[in-house]
Amino acid sequence: MVVGADVEEVAEATPELEQEAERAASRRGMLIAAPSAAYLILFFAIPLVIVFVYSFARRSSTGATVLDGWNLESYRRLFDPLVGEIALRSFGLAVTTTLLCLLLSYPLAYFMATRPDRIRNVLLVLVMIPFWSNFLVRTYAWRVLLGSDGPISQLSQLFGGEPIRILFTNTAVLIGLVYGFLPFMVLPLYAALDRMDWSLVEAARDLYADGWTAFRRVTFPLSMPGVIAGSVLVFIPTLGAYVTPALLGGARTTLLGDYIVSQFLAARNQPFGSALSVAVMTVMLGATVVYFRRGGRTL
Amino acid sequence: MSVGLRPGSRAERSMAASSAFVFVFLYAPILVLFFYSFNENDNVGIWTEFSFRWYGEMFQNDAVMGALRNSLVVALVSTVVSTVLGTATALALERFRFRGRGFFDGLSYLPVIIPDVTMAVMMLLFFVSFFRLLAGAGMAFEFGLGTISLSHIAFNISFVAIVVRAKLAQLDTSLEEAAADLYADRWTTFRLVTLPLIMPAVLGGALLALTLSLDDVVVTSFVSGPGATTLPVYVFGLVRRGVTPLINAVSVVMLAASISLVLFSLVFQRRGAEES
Amino acid sequence: MLKRMFLLLMVFAVAVSACASDDGDATSAEDCEVDEVDGDLNFYNWSEYMDPDLIAAFEEEYGVDVVETFYESNEAMLAQVQGGVSYDLIVPSDYMVSIMISEGLLVELNKDAIPNFDNMDATFTSQPYDDGANYSAAYQYGTTGLGVNVALVGEGFPVSWALLFDPELTSTFPGGVSVLNDPRETMGAALMYLGYSLNDTNADHLAEAEAVVAAAKTNITAFDSDQYDEVLAAGEVAVAHGYSGNLIISMGEADNPDDFVYILPEEGATLWIDNMAIPTNAKSVCTAHTFINFLLDAENGAALTNWNYYGSPNAAAVPFLDQEVVDFYAATTEANTEVIEDQGDYEINYTDALARAKS
Repeated sequence: MVVGADVEEVAEATPELEQEAERAASRRGMLIAAPSAAYLILFFAIPLVIVFVYSFARRSSTGATVLDGWNLESYRRLFDPLVGEIALRSFGLAVTTTLLCLLLSYPLAYFMATRPDRIRNVLLVLVMIPFWSNFLVRTYAWRVLLGSDGPISQLSQLFGGEPIRILFTNTAVLIGLVYGFLPFMVLPLYAALDRMDWSLVEAARDLYADGWTAFRRVTFPLSMPGVIAGSVLVFIPTLGAYVTPALLGGARTTLLGDYIVSQFLAARNQPFGSALSVAVMTVMLGATVVYFRRGGRTL
Repeated sequence: MSVGLRPGSRAERSMAASSAFVFVFLYAPILVLFFYSFNENDNVGIWTEFSFRWYGEMFQNDAVMGALRNSLVVALVSTVVSTVLGTATALALERFRFRGRGFFDGLSYLPVIIPDVTMAVMMLLFFVSFFRLLAGAGMAFEFGLGTISLSHIAFNISFVAIVVRAKLAQLDTSLEEAAADLYADRWTTFRLVTLPLIMPAVLGGALLALTLSLDDVVVTSFVSGPGATTLPVYVFGLVRRGVTPLINAVSVVMLAASISLVLFSLVFQRRGAEES
Repeated sequence: MLKRMFLLLMVFAVAVSACASDDGDATSAEDCEVDEVDGDLNFYNWSEYMDPDLIAAFEEEYGVDVVETFYESNEAMLAQVQGGVSYDLIVPSDYMVSIMISEGLLVELNKDAIPNFDNMDATFTSQPYDDGANYSAAYQYGTTGLGVNVALVGEGFPVSWALLFDPELTSTFPGGVSVLNDPRETMGAALMYLGYSLNDTNADHLAEAEAVVAAAKTNITAFDSDQYDEVLAAGEVAVAHGYSGNLIISMGEADNPDDFVYILPEEGATLWIDNMAIPTNAKSVCTAHTFINFLLDAENGAALTNWNYYGSPNAAAVPFLDQEVVDFYAATTEANTEVIEDQGDYEINYTDALARAKS
């Protein structure tokens, strides 16, 4: 974009001025970052060290974590084929959920962003309101909707079909996850599309005859940061989701989130739970940073 | 204003239809939970007959009302703080180069990535040690709504930051630079130019933070303290009793309150617009 | 830069954990007298497990406040208590009592301050997790068994775990069956089906049990620990594995309650007991003793059971119980039941076995 060019122009004056300006910008950046950086270091990074340390500790026979006899046993267990299988399954589910969310959210976000000012904010809040009810109650409501006595099944019977039970199938899990994470996609997309430079789109429409090409070559690339942020916000939590798959899918397979929770709670094996978390976080952080960088470059 | 799609075009109409479908999808379970809140039965999903039983029980149930109050306090505090900090994070990372930026960049994603149960365990252990350290310095702190709010802020900052960064990344900086040339003051530039432009993202991030805070169970239950049960923890704690339509009634009341708040602000906005 | 930051964090973390030693200011239980109160009561319990009227009565009688806090799992409660959050009275389940005793987290009860302890049925003072009930007083109990929809299963079904694990049998059930999503309960049920104890720690036996669950999976509609009772009552599944209290309430609220029965398989079933206990960092130890004594009173104990429909360990309470509850739990005391015991290092194998069986 134009940012780099502008900076160079200003800085061309003299090398000293350039350095001075850079230092001033650096100070300003640090100042703005300082409160949240301090917060995240104190209330997140330091606690995180505990997880890292625990991953090398050992489990006592009552399930307490013993901070001696440091070992790599928990990391060795990561190579158990069971872990790979579980991770792969969760990955597939997360990819599908993310794509479905994107498919449903894009038209909605676009529609919202192109409404008049006043209506826009109302629509945005209307998207969020369902999520201010209780999570468990919402999920139970889905159980009613997807059960064999639910409206979908009754509709099918009305037309002479069989009762349909979607509950406890993979479809039910997908419906539940897409439902639960839809706002995580809609919000960044909406933010990216809102007050976009529509004159660019107009210009594109004048250039390319059909609207689809204009969308593909101008609108969509412009909204790319929203797409990237949205897909990260959907993909990552879905990877760790376990309550929705349990309640709507009947927990018939083990998922990553499920597995990590059972290590920390049922098995009270904090070292292995920690090692699993460290592994997941390392892989995902790497992937996220690369994803954002590459997404940024495509602009 | 100029709009990307020609009004009345096929693309515009299918877009409207798809949006309508999403709204039906979003509100279908809400209708169900509303309907079943008037169910006489002890079970959430088995209809017997219409009754206000659960609404009556709800207002008499001090534990539920207390949990509701706790949830709202935590959600409001953590939303406000994390929206401010998250927006600052986004601004610093998208608009400035500074020492330690790479570290901060990575750190700002981690709270989204960490599994919730892991965060729950580590926050508890951290607060325990931290409070001992502070106690050594003569300061006494206890677990409760404070520790819950601190933990919620920690994960919410990152969600807000990611949403706001998406907007900043896409904004053309030439507007901000032009403004910076006009007003010497950076703060004025931010307030008058940048903030209005990123407002939809800030609002979106805040809404997301509010939702996450209202729904969190695992982290909350680990860092809570005496008397600090929130609504979701209470609901998940109904293992022995089973969930009853009482919780539907609570949800309906919360939804009604938020919808009337929206309507109220809408009317208020319109008045403001008419006067100006 | 990154390295330096990391080093700094490590140093801080070590400093923090170095300070994490115990500060032991134990309030002594021995000095507590009958009906003595030494402050408000911080009561940590499951949601809606305690009758609010009893709380109000206690507050009135002893002039103290009861602050109720709720948890959603034994493990979350353990984490809080281990972390040093101060509660005066907690309600851990059986296996959790033994864990907390061995971790030194529980106060030895002063029975002199709890004269009503004599009301307790002897069954509940001689359990392996706390033999002699030195650290815990039973609160309520229940069993883990099967809710059966007779209309779907048909009369003359076997009173056996085969209702969950025999694929030939379960394939005939419309809707299939629901099994608890809990490693100890579900692997335990499979072990009992094979004729072993639910506390069996033989790896070969557990492997057999894993194969049983894996083979049964086709007809297992859900691994469900939350809403099995409602799913059963709604007719979505034919048999549900679950806890007595939830099942008795939901089956009673179904459209046709007579279609449902709750059974304990002949091979054996889980008896579970929730207990009142006082953590070592409690502040109002005497109030907690007084509260335990209050709940072990015959009429108060009965009021609790009549409110939450779980079994009462209080023998003196029986005359005051609703007949419905008495009938329901009469079968329990005669049945072949066992309590889940913590198996130490072996514990993680149950979790793994269930995870593998599901994969």
